[in-house]
Order: sequence, then structure tokens, then C-alpha cells
Amino acid sequence: MGGTSTTVQSEIVQPKDTASSLLSIRNVAKSFGQHSVLRDISLDIAEGEFLTILGESGSGKTTLLRIIAGFENATSGEIWMAGERMDSLPPYRRRVNTVFQNYALFPHLTVEQNVSYGLRIAKLPKAEIASRVEQTLGLMKLTPYAQYKPAKISGGQQQRVALARALVNRPRLLLLDEPLSALDANLRRQMQVELKSLQREVGISFVFVTHDQEEAMVMSDRIALLRMGQLEQVASPREIYSRPATAYTAQFVGHTNLLRGEVKDGIARCNGLAWRTGLRDGKGLFSLRPENIRAATSAGSSVRFRGKILRQAFHGATELLQIECLDGLVLSVRMASRQNWQGDLELEFSPADAVPVRESQERD
Amino acid sequence: MFSRAYRAVVTIPPLLWVTVFLLVPYFLLFCYSLWSVSPSLNIVHSWTLDNYRELLGKGVYLETLFRSMWIAARVTIFALLLGYPLAYYLSFGASKHKDLLCQLVIIPLWVSYLVRAYAWKTILGSDGVLNTSLQYLHLTKHPLEFLLYSPFAVVLTLTHIYTPFTFLPIYASLEHIPRSLVEASHDLGASPFQTFWRVIFPLSIPGVLAGATFAFVLSLGDFLAPLLLGGPSGIMISNIVVSLFGAAYNWPLGAAISLCMLVFVVTLLFLSERLERKWSYR
Repeated sequence: MGGTSTTVQSEIVQPKDTASSLLSIRNVAKSFGQHSVLRDISLDIAEGEFLTILGESGSGKTTLLRIIAGFENATSGEIWMAGERMDSLPPYRRRVNTVFQNYALFPHLTVEQNVSYGLRIAKLPKAEIASRVEQTLGLMKLTPYAQYKPAKISGGQQQRVALARALVNRPRLLLLDEPLSALDANLRRQMQVELKSLQREVGISFVFVTHDQEEAMVMSDRIALLRMGQLEQVASPREIYSRPATAYTAQFVGHTNLLRGEVKDGIARCNGLAWRTGLRDGKGLFSLRPENIRAATSAGSSVRFRGKILRQAFHGATELLQIECLDGLVLSVRMASRQNWQGDLELEFSPADAVPVRESQERD
Repeated sequence: MFSRAYRAVVTIPPLLWVTVFLLVPYFLLFCYSLWSVSPSLNIVHSWTLDNYRELLGKGVYLETLFRSMWIAARVTIFALLLGYPLAYYLSFGASKHKDLLCQLVIIPLWVSYLVRAYAWKTILGSDGVLNTSLQYLHLTKHPLEFLLYSPFAVVLTLTHIYTPFTFLPIYASLEHIPRSLVEASHDLGASPFQTFWRVIFPLSIPGVLAGATFAFVLSLGDFLAPLLLGGPSGIMISNIVVSLFGAAYNWPLGAAISLCMLVFVVTLLFLSERLERKWSYR
């Protein structure tokens, strides 16, 4: 933990290293009338970084993106880009480009005209426009569709046109508002990989908004988890998964068991389970991932318990078991798939995998 | 899905209506246009193209026709120039009271057309509101005569009457433009002005075409405004048709002119629809 990767909640973050921080969001808040949508958001995005703003619907993630793009004005706070204050500029003066959720392609223009739009507005020389458009269309495998109107091509192709239209301008920062949400599952997975490798290739910073935690984990360098208008945790996918800071994070990113118990004299107790911990005395809340519970082996200092299988759900390579153990505690356990699970199981987990998390604040 | 009887009950009345009140009259009109009138004012039921020859040969008919088109064209242009900015403002500018403002534009349509034409007569006449005000303010010594009984009065009145007809389709087409397209345009560096010309205006062309067609076709066939406000110099083609069917008692010539107008207008509507389709993308 520590460093720029774990900027938590309302801490005021000054860019620690202005050279590597491309975009700096400082104490941004937004309310629509009485309704507060974003509260005191501070976030830095590094040059070449793929940052995902993850949150459920209504968390304010799209509003935050729209504030960066300039379609909404923040009620308070500042946005800096490459050392210049950006929040007072209208969207057409900001050097960021957006890929919209519904693509927002101009229906009266061909694919080629859509892609060249920004360059023509910027009044670049004709030859340069032609070569850049051609190159971008090639990169996006859109060359055969250059003369088609958007209505004549498929959703996946439209999505690539939207991307091409933004990337051709070579922005330093690309904003993506759930660009994959309209695609079907297979195409979506394929695009996740393509988008990530494209981002590495072009070296542009991406701010990607999604409600899909799996998508966020696959693609991002860092995830900023937004909950009810506040940042819950900002960290790399691995860290956010293996060391969630709060109960909400643990539950939203992946699947988890929350163990509520007491810590006394270096021992955590929870429904008859007990293990050593370095925490101070008091109430304790722990996140234990289903895959960290395994069939007991004879050796080791792990926490052992017996349990009865209530339900099982087959997920292909693994299956998720609902196991009732002591005191009516029901735990989810992920196991490699096997034909028959019967009767009682002897299970264990390492104390290190029971990650202490903060209780998530209740908010209105 | 529906029973035969039900379908018959639903479709026969409108079919009858169209046949009796549209197709039969059109057919009669066509027949009349090929007949002629004897000196003793009887309809001669023998086929002839004389009416069409007279229509094309006598300058007065073509002249009036062209004047009508010129008046209609001016009405169309002014109605678009008024209706477009209004629609644009209501669609993109006004956020509050949008519905109320829309109603205000539409309310004049509830007032009888005749009343509105008379209102202009009282405003523009030599003892009218405008002239008395101008004289009271000592801006003019004598009443301005060109205000009333002139093509000017006709164009002004028709513009007033048909502006809502251009406003409505333009407003509808502007309301249909996804706001994300405007944002996308701004996002790509286009100023509001550039966005208007490159995105908003092209996408509103179907509405402009529909509005222009309304204004042109309706004012081309208008006969009340020229009758009340046009004077001798403001006579339009419909006035001639009315007098041919009335006082002049030359139904065949009247029918020929009507039919020409009909063909012209239908062609116009057809072309306008083709264009509208060409310019719409959904």
C-alpha cells in the first residue's frame, strides 16, 4: 500500500509529480439542485495510464467523465491538464476526446467524413488529413467501410468508428463512456483486449467508465471505484481485488465473504472461527474470497472448520459452493469443478487471506 | 387476425369517403377541363383542348400564375427565416417554459384565418393602426398607400399565417437530433457556430423541406388574403379560379387551371418527399 496508487476518499491530493501526472482532478464536487452527485473527488491520471472509473449506475461516474470533457460544469473544484487549468474552457477548447456510450456518430456523414471531422475543424492541410484518416481507418480495420453511412454498418464497426474519430486527433487523453456496453458478450470480450492493446500502442491516457467490474479488471492499470459520488478506493486491479479497503469494494469487485467479529488480544473471533491478527482490539470486519477457502490438508497454521454443502453452482472450470459451518455461518467457497460433493467437508483458509476491511459508510 | 366483417366495417367507410369526395370530383374536374362553354353559357359536352390552349396562350393566366408563385416563394422564405430561428431557440436555447412558448406559437392557429386576415386589414389600412401611429409620430404626412391592397400586404399576411406551419416541422426535426451529436461535435473541436452548420442544420433539412412545402403550397393556393388585402395588383391564381367558377361562369377553363395547379402541387409534394427521404438517416 501507499504511494499514488491508494488515494483514498477525501484526502486532498496534490499532484506529486507534475511531469507524470497528465490530468489532475482537484476537489471536484457536483450537485444538481439539492441533489449531490459528486463529492470532493480528487484524482490524478498519469501520462499513458489506463484508468477505469468503476461504479454502479447512479454512482456519478458518467457525470465525472462529462465534467472532464466539459459537458458539465463542476459545482466546485478544479481540473488541470498538463499544467493548465481546464475546467473554465468550453469542451471544444479542451484537448481531450470522447468515445460516447451510444457512439454519437454523425448520421449524415460517411465513416470517412466522421473520422476526418475533427481534423477538418482544426483546418489541417488536406494531404495530412487524408493520410491520417487513411492510417486510422487501417488501424481500426475500417478501410472497406470508408464510404458507408453509420446506419449501414454493424454495432461493432460503429464502435470502432467512434474510436477512430477520437483517436485520429491524437488527443493526450481519451475519455470512454461505457463504449462496450452495447456490444454482445463475445464481441465485448474481444474489444476489451483490442482496446487495451490499442491503448498500449498509441500511448494515450485512457479514462474508461464502466459498471462492469470484470471489464475494469481486465483492462485497467488502475481502478477508481466510485460509490454514491465519492471515491471508495483507487488502486491497481490486483490490489483492489486482493486488498480491498472497504466492505463495499470487497463485495463490488469480485465475490467475497464478509466475516464480522471481534478482535481481542491479537486474536480475531468470528462465528467460532479464530485466527491470529495484528489488529488492535475492537470490532473487526474481514473479507475472505471464496477461492481462498480450500479443502483442509494436514499441515499448516491455517484456520480449519467443518461445513455442510447447502447449494452448488457450476461455473465451468470452478464451482461455487454455499457451505454452512458453525453457528449458522454460510460461506461461499470456490472449488475446482468435480462431479460429486457430498456430506460434510473439512475446509481451511490462511489467516493472511482474511483481509481486514473498513465498514462502508452508509450514505443517503 | 381480424375477422373479415370487422375489416370491411373499418375499411369501407374511408374508401367510400375518398371515392365520393375525392376521386369522383377529380374525375369530374378532368372531364370539365376538356369540355367548353357555348356563347349561351351552356356546357358543351364534346372533347376539346381549347381550355388548355387558352390557359397557355393568354398572358393573364400565366402572369397571375407566376405572380402567385413569386408571392408564395417570398412567403416561404420569410416564414423560414422567422420559423427556423424560433424553432432553434425553442429547441436548443430555452430550457424553461419550452412548452408554454411552443403553445404561444401554435395558439394563432386556433384563431380563424379570416379574423387574422381582417386584423391585418385594420393594421395596414389608410386609417389603420400603423398609418395613424406613423402620422401621430410625425414620421409620415400622408397614409402610406402601399401597405394595403398590394402584394406586400398579401406576403405579410400569409407569412404571419404560415410561419407556424414552417415552425412545427423544423422544431420537430431539431428536437429529434440527439444532443450527444452536438456534444460529439464540440468534443471534436467545433465551435457552436461550426456545429450548427456541419451537424444541426444538415440534420434539420427534412424539417425545413417539410415546412417550406407547407408554406409554399398553402400560400400558392390561397384566395382569401389576396381577396381581402391584395387589391388589383395582388390577385392570385385562386381568385381567378373562383371568378371563373362564379361570375364568369366558365367552369371548363376554371377546371383546366385547377387541374394544372393540382398537377403542379402534387409534383412538388412528390419531389419534396423524395428530397426529405434523401436527407433523413433513420
